[in-house]
Amino acid sequence: MPRSVKKGPYIDIKLLKKVDALNQVNQKKIIKTWSRSSTISPDFVGHTIAVHNGNKMIPVFITENMVGHKLGEFSPTRIFRSHPGTKAEKASKSK
Amino acid sequence: MARISGVDLPKSKKVYFGIQYIYGIGPQIAKEILEKAKVDPNKKVSSLSEAEVAEIRSVIQGDYKVEGALRSEVQQNIKRLMDIGSYRGLRHRRGLPVRGQRTRTNSRTRKGKRKTVAGKKKTPTKK
Repeated sequence: MPRSVKKGPYIDIKLLKKVDALNQVNQKKIIKTWSRSSTISPDFVGHTIAVHNGNKMIPVFITENMVGHKLGEFSPTRIFRSHPGTKAEKASKSK
Repeated sequence: MARISGVDLPKSKKVYFGIQYIYGIGPQIAKEILEKAKVDPNKKVSSLSEAEVAEIRSVIQGDYKVEGALRSEVQQNIKRLMDIGSYRGLRHRRGLPVRGQRTRTNSRTRKGKRKTVAGKKKTPTKK
């Protein structure tokens, strides 16, 4: 079930503050965040946000198309390294 | 012969079911279309008059996205997901289920026919 419209999209307050601060001074800096469940708002466009995937921070450059998605969608948490014995898949295993 | 948005409608069926042969038209939208076009849903396709066919055609053209246009929209949406590098896009690329279903078993629709891995032994019986 989707989130109630009344509440608006969920964005981590601390993250939003940091982005706003950068927008105020018109700077682009990498912001680290652990808040994977935050929705990407239009303010984020053009920034690079490093999203934690449980292991390390994955830098995500926010484009216009990503608005409305969650940050976590762009920072995969699992790595699939081909099954043993499937050589054909190994060759085509570049992301 | 009733031909709407590039699809031949089956003659021997009722209009309500006949227009569902068009990609993008299911039970619900079929009902809406026939209401707007003021055509009796129980009428057979073969007994439709030219005027009725034209009316249905214009309703579909005016209000609904069907066939090619709809297909390309769906493809574009998938392509967008792939281009922005989201998790859902990755799953589409890999041909795996997109909405978090299990892949240990099942999900054959997405994965296609079983590819047997050579050298894999049958599950050993419990000691």
